[in-house]
Amino acid sequence: MDAATRRRAGAVLLLLCAIALPWALQQLGIDYYLSLASRVLVYAIAATSLNLVLGYGGMVSFGHAAFVGLGAYVTGIMISEGIAGAGWHLLATLAVTGLAAWIIGAISLRTRGVYFIMITLAFAQMIFYLANSNKAWGGDEGLNIRTRSIIGIEGFALDLKDGPTLYYVALAVLVALLVALARFVPSRFGRAVVALRDDDIRAEALGFPTYRYKLIVFVVAGAIGGLAGALYVNLTGYVSPNLLHWTQSGSLMVMVILGGVASVWGGLAGAAALLLLQELLSAHTQHWEFWTGWVLLAVVLFARRGLAGLLARGAGGKD
Amino acid sequence: MSGLLVLEQLLNGLQFGLMLFLLAAGLTLVFGVMDMINLAHGSLYMVGAFLAAWLVGITGSFVLGVLGAMLLTGLFGMVLESGLLRSLYRRDHLSQVLATYALILILNDGVKMLFGNDLPLSAPAALAGSVQLLPGLNYPAYRLLILGVGLLLALLLYLLVQKTRLGALVRAGASNRDMTLVMGVDIGRLFTLVFGIGAALCAVAGALLGPLLAVQVGMGENILILAFVVVVIGGIGSIRGALIGAVLVGCIDTLGRSLLQHALREVLPPQWASAAGPAFASIAVYVFMAAVLALKPQGLFPVRA
Repeated sequence: MDAATRRRAGAVLLLLCAIALPWALQQLGIDYYLSLASRVLVYAIAATSLNLVLGYGGMVSFGHAAFVGLGAYVTGIMISEGIAGAGWHLLATLAVTGLAAWIIGAISLRTRGVYFIMITLAFAQMIFYLANSNKAWGGDEGLNIRTRSIIGIEGFALDLKDGPTLYYVALAVLVALLVALARFVPSRFGRAVVALRDDDIRAEALGFPTYRYKLIVFVVAGAIGGLAGALYVNLTGYVSPNLLHWTQSGSLMVMVILGGVASVWGGLAGAAALLLLQELLSAHTQHWEFWTGWVLLAVVLFARRGLAGLLARGAGGKD
Repeated sequence: MSGLLVLEQLLNGLQFGLMLFLLAAGLTLVFGVMDMINLAHGSLYMVGAFLAAWLVGITGSFVLGVLGAMLLTGLFGMVLESGLLRSLYRRDHLSQVLATYALILILNDGVKMLFGNDLPLSAPAALAGSVQLLPGLNYPAYRLLILGVGLLLALLLYLLVQKTRLGALVRAGASNRDMTLVMGVDIGRLFTLVFGIGAALCAVAGALLGPLLAVQVGMGENILILAFVVVVIGGIGSIRGALIGAVLVGCIDTLGRSLLQHALREVLPPQWASAAGPAFASIAVYVFMAAVLALKPQGLFPVRA
């Protein structure tokens, strides 16, 4: 077997395990872990969308939680206003977060380097404070929703309130995202994006519209982040400004760096590693943040390319 | 009445701005000279505040508490710099973000283990009253103390950076680090000291703001972002820029909170005004930063040519 076949076989095996997981958890009588698994999937979608901007696009966005939070608010508000159809939620979430990403990106992409980091952070802070002071939608206490999105097709309805249903929907979104990302990377557009990440002056000299390409990547990633937010509010039944706080952007960034920057699996690996680590530690100590911090420090100092780098080395791939 | 109110708010803004400057001073040098994004800078502010509250509790003296917190936080900063942060200077920004984010987690929980979730810290009883500055304008004595200490430290820092040999070396490092290294300056050792001074200043800000805000875990997270805004507005690496940026940000934030709400009440129905006021005030600072960057992409006082 060559490396590509082996990799594909591994991915299929992982997918089969993920499909069987709800059943296995139920057989073992520990189906309360299902919501943790759904959480990993939702964060994996958010982190993968950030990896698209940050890893492939080379744009260090420090405000990605803005899009996740906006998406959660849009869907949460629609549900609390009595609109139950998932189709409308999807449409509105993608439209609002895409538009927000377009406005923020169009302004922020005029800067570069640390200034880009700071200006994306500034925009996220603005949205954080707006959500915080908007009393109509819960203000700083957040918004609770009683019902969830309902996917209805021709008299057949899926209610995301049901744990396994939400899990499979999130899994389907993640798989679609990873497949799309894996196809995007070797595509003409993907190569152009990577080229302008590595040297945007040269890319521009070659005739690529660098600003427009970067903006497209930024908007697509923002909308996917919003979709993760829509799933998040369905998972927890709750959205608050905390989801928009800069530490959330930081923690998404940590997932990407931990998992592997500009690696298709990076977002998933990082989200799974960080959330499972937190779960494991919090079962044993109330000071799980303390130990999480030490693990992250060890990763920075000793595993420079993140978990994906370690895995590639372990699998005998080139480092 | 309105004029006095504006004056009082301006004093509050200046006072908050000076405290922001104490935070931003160390941050801008680390950022400017070492090209390092230090998210854990706010944690030093928290550590300083906790140490001050703890020492004030032990010694019973506010002054001793603040001085002790300064010293200990400064030493802690130097240990942190030489033990960990130094190895990150040559790494990319992403690694720095990950490592210093990890430090936030460690320090938040570490402080919680040692001191609990919060500590009481109140202003010295001698400064509980207020002072009449003008007829009709009574200003709290403790806030005047903050103002005075802030101005004094800003002046000392200015003299240190602009008039001494040490300051000249730091400025040289900020404008061109490699050239400074080639000239035979041991930037590494110099920088451990600079970092320690920056940490000590964080402790002063934390200790002085402690009685006004609250000494609690996570107190550094929100003010850190404001300090970054100050650094970017002022120009990364510029102490003078940090001072002017800090005062501007402090005044915009404070005036926005009070005066903007007054103004909005004139034009909007009250329930709208009370909702929109704080939102606009919090956002004003970031809008200001975006505007500054749009006009002067390198900040108000760019250091690098």
